[in-house]
Amino acid sequence: MLKDTDRIFTNLYGWMDPGLAGAKKRGDWQNTAKLLQLGHDGIVEQIKASGLRGRGGAGFPTGLKWSFMPKEVGARPHYLVVNADESEPGTCKDRDIIRHEPHKLLEGCVVAGFAMRAHAAYIYIRGEFVNEARRLQAAIDEAYDAGLLGDNAAKSGWKFDIYLHRGAGAYICGEETALIESLEGKKGQPRLKPPFPAGAGLYGCPTTVNNVESIAVTPTILRRGADWFSGLGKENNTGTKLFCISGHVNRPCNVEEEMGIPLRELIEKHAGGVRGGWDNLLAVIPGGSSTPLMPQAVCNTMTMDFDALKEAGTGLGTAGVIVMDKSTDIVKAIARLSYFYKHESCGQCTPCREGTGWMWRMMERLVRGDAEIHEIETLEQVTRQVEGHTICALGDAAAWPIQGLIKHFRPEIERRINAHRTAVAVEAAE
Amino acid sequence: MSIEARIAADQPDSFAFTRENVAEAKRIITKYPKGRQASAVMPLLDLAQRQHDNWIPMKAIEMIAAKLDMAEIRVLEVATFYTMFNLKPVGKYFLQACTTTPCWLRGSDNMMRCIKDRYGISSGETSDCGRFTLLEVECLGACVNAPILQVNDDFYEDLDYAGTGALLDSLEADAPLPFGSITGRSGSEADGGSTTLQELKPAE
Repeated sequence: MLKDTDRIFTNLYGWMDPGLAGAKKRGDWQNTAKLLQLGHDGIVEQIKASGLRGRGGAGFPTGLKWSFMPKEVGARPHYLVVNADESEPGTCKDRDIIRHEPHKLLEGCVVAGFAMRAHAAYIYIRGEFVNEARRLQAAIDEAYDAGLLGDNAAKSGWKFDIYLHRGAGAYICGEETALIESLEGKKGQPRLKPPFPAGAGLYGCPTTVNNVESIAVTPTILRRGADWFSGLGKENNTGTKLFCISGHVNRPCNVEEEMGIPLRELIEKHAGGVRGGWDNLLAVIPGGSSTPLMPQAVCNTMTMDFDALKEAGTGLGTAGVIVMDKSTDIVKAIARLSYFYKHESCGQCTPCREGTGWMWRMMERLVRGDAEIHEIETLEQVTRQVEGHTICALGDAAAWPIQGLIKHFRPEIERRINAHRTAVAVEAAE
Repeated sequence: MSIEARIAADQPDSFAFTRENVAEAKRIITKYPKGRQASAVMPLLDLAQRQHDNWIPMKAIEMIAAKLDMAEIRVLEVATFYTMFNLKPVGKYFLQACTTTPCWLRGSDNMMRCIKDRYGISSGETSDCGRFTLLEVECLGACVNAPILQVNDDFYEDLDYAGTGALLDSLEADAPLPFGSITGRSGSEADGGSTTLQELKPAE
């Protein structure tokens, strides 16, 4: 198990003061100016060396992403945009950073913003997080009053401003270009890439969009050294990670653990185990709703990192672990996710707009067994026609859970169809 | 849902920001670069909604469009795209119940049943007394504290049937319980105490 001394988010549970005084006691904002003396490119190199991969779901190397920003600032200013639109079902980690460790995020903005030669950051927080936004705004105000933000941020000589922008209820705004559109005052509909945000993002200016957790860990990485971070976890899957363990466990919780922790250990050590014991486990969705589920046989030996989960045909995603015991109506659990994606489709691309609705209606029929066996194949084919044929990954995200269900639980779907057929025949005979 | 069904038929004849909100709107607009004032459309819609009993009249949309130099349709399409903007009245207590899979696994059906038993309302409906409106919403992002009921701005967490009833009692008395976990756990810490960071926990 990860040692407490290697945990970054020591106020994860909000036991201590989230304000500036408390944050300073935990080591935040100590010698920030000295961190910036590494230079723009020096910081990027350190983050690259740490092996940090984006914590928002895709797992793209953070340092590499920063290095895509232009090295010279031209007529267009550079922007850092922080994605705090946490909405992927199963995921609730950024919320804890925002409400209990807001200064880690703010200091991270200064460090990351400086590294990419930006003088401003916008933090886009989901609209439903009203109290969290209040807490974060209070932290921003405190940081300005203390001279940690503004014309000479943390006495570094670098001007840096942070603005908080609240969303208003749209999962799609967690997609980086939809987020940018929304920030510009439009409907949150994703943009075609290229151009990528690093070339033309917010207001057409070079922009990098990062997840809250990715940004919030960077000051600690710089302070303790890239070697410290890369020494934790596994090769290519380094560091610590916030895991959210929800569903049918005895004690659902968030916890910071080492990347690559065995799934079983994660659940049994920190979340009180599966309800009714490990043998009562049916399946786990490992990384937020879009990642395909794994049946118990796969869960037994799985480790929680990007590469191992990818190899198993799923993904670490946001590390939102949704546990389902054997009492779960697994078809209904996935059908509810299909409804979610139907609800959240922005409507821009036809395969997604029409496909998510079609897939959801089909899933509802499968819940009742009111279908023909060959329709399972039809549904599988439709998911393949949606996946990869839309501007953003929402279409993929809607397709994957269904693919996972069919892959691992086809007998259960067939059983329902047969049972339904029998019930109809009996009714007709009576 | 058709656009007609989402917008209130009865509309006030006028809408204007209060003096405080005029100043607040001005402050919000300065957060964005010159010429990019359209970025303020969502915060201004939110401001209008807060001023106007939790719903946005069409006159407010016209006013915001004029203020930000936007076409009215651009403001309206933002107001209809995002689910948190109400374009028709809702009850004093706007109950937004998360029923997405993580909440459903933890018994969000019981939470919904408690509300239905008490007020006879389903998603999209308002109680006879007019004080409670229920809306089924998608993932609220607090899944380890499921199930969640958002009441206006506040999240109530770890709700079962009885807990939902206790919460509704408090709302009926206009003395809402403190928001957060109904079982009293701190944030996302495991019930009964976390397995980590214990040495850092301040003494009670």
